[in-house]
Amino acid sequence: MTRENSPGKGEEGMTQPIPWNGSRLLEEVQQCSGAQVSACFQCHKCSTGCPIGPEMDFLPSQIMRLVHLGAESEVLASRSIWLCASCEACTTRCPMAIDIAAVMDALRILAIERRIDLPDARGKQFHRSFLGSVRRHGRVYEMGMMAAYKLRIRDLLSDVEKVPELVAQGKLSLLPNRSGDIRQVREIFRRSKEEEGKP
Amino acid sequence: MKYAFFPGCSLESTARPFDLSTRAVCRSLGIALEDIPGWVCCGSTPAHASNDSLAVALPALNLQKAQAAGVPVMVACASCYARLRTANHRIARAPEDRRRAERVTGHPYDGGVEVRHVLDVLVNELGPDRIRAKVRQPLTGLKVACYYGCLLTRPPEIVAFDDPEHPSSMDELMAAAGAETVDWPFKTECCGASLSMTNSEIVCRLTHRILSMARESGADCLAVACPLCQVNLDLRQADAGKAHGALPPMPVLYVTQLLGLALGLSADVLGIDALTVSPRTLLAKCGAVAPTSAGGIA
Repeated sequence: MTRENSPGKGEEGMTQPIPWNGSRLLEEVQQCSGAQVSACFQCHKCSTGCPIGPEMDFLPSQIMRLVHLGAESEVLASRSIWLCASCEACTTRCPMAIDIAAVMDALRILAIERRIDLPDARGKQFHRSFLGSVRRHGRVYEMGMMAAYKLRIRDLLSDVEKVPELVAQGKLSLLPNRSGDIRQVREIFRRSKEEEGKP
Repeated sequence: MKYAFFPGCSLESTARPFDLSTRAVCRSLGIALEDIPGWVCCGSTPAHASNDSLAVALPALNLQKAQAAGVPVMVACASCYARLRTANHRIARAPEDRRRAERVTGHPYDGGVEVRHVLDVLVNELGPDRIRAKVRQPLTGLKVACYYGCLLTRPPEIVAFDDPEHPSSMDELMAAAGAETVDWPFKTECCGASLSMTNSEIVCRLTHRILSMARESGADCLAVACPLCQVNLDLRQADAGKAHGALPPMPVLYVTQLLGLALGLSADVLGIDALTVSPRTLLAKCGAVAPTSAGGIA
């Protein structure tokens, strides 16, 4: 364990993470999110305003602290990072201007990259199904996206009763509405995949 | 006044009434909209939660396509609006984000295409006075709770046309339409957004609070400007009532639908009958529509 970056080395030392348990989580999250998580001083403003707080296993301020501590397995396997609704209330209110919603995104991306065994895979499967639809059609084809998602989570019945009404109101199309520029979209998916992992 | 219109995927499906009413209101107010040719999905939450370069590149591709028209972009969906503004913000400020977006899309882009929300255009470009002058059927006696949700006003350094905690643009618009807007504390509370797909029980808890507070504050209906907010508050209203206690039905209309009625446009043109909780009875009280629909689906 190195103490090179510990406080007491002046200003520079204060802004460097202390790798006390050998984890590089803080640096990785800061790199991936562009947010300065190390600036968090635990005022809990993010947690008090979080609409999803009651359902979370760790509140946003606790997630920040766990990132400081390099508690990788706790953070990346938490339910909270998938429950965040990206409402941006925390990002807007943080007195240190930390983009907390972007930190949640970064943690979801890291959890997938590291093939973490997720406590609930619905968020991941929804994102996969949604983006699969965009890659295929250039736009979201809701009927197809929902079918793909429901197959993945093995829950075909919930909300099915709403479908006839939506179809009658012209809100769910039985066929996809394709964008004219589907080839460009596929290129973008291919190249953005290549960009993953680049610094 | 001319804009390149980015409808977004929801406006082609669950938010069809938002599409119909936005186009009808703009036509009626002399705002010309031309769809961005070959527009594609902005990537929404699934992109920014999965792959950062994709989340910037998909909006950038749309903005590159819009650039040829030489006019600002107008967006109706609050989520698309936030994604397009975020991409611009990052591309214009961070050279590495710009280089990466250009590599992924294969085209140059400096983040310079202006992106406006329909609410921003109506209130800050056209202005409530010019709208009031065109009102033919004022919504007298209608008590509206204006619900802004999250992404129209947050985060303020990216969206920036209204106050993030106490927005007022929709209230100004509804006042110009002759409605009475209620003062209530949940204007910017989150409805749960896309958790509707993965954790609908959380959405029910949040929407039940919002609908109850609107009722308690004296509102007859909610005005919204986001497809996901509308679906969560309207389509899931019965589920929310079942889970957390019965709610008297509360119509949830797009702000453009209410404005359209005030401008004298017909209910059909505005998709009034394509909502789950029918606003017919309520709107008939202020003379905006007939009490029952002529067409059939209600």
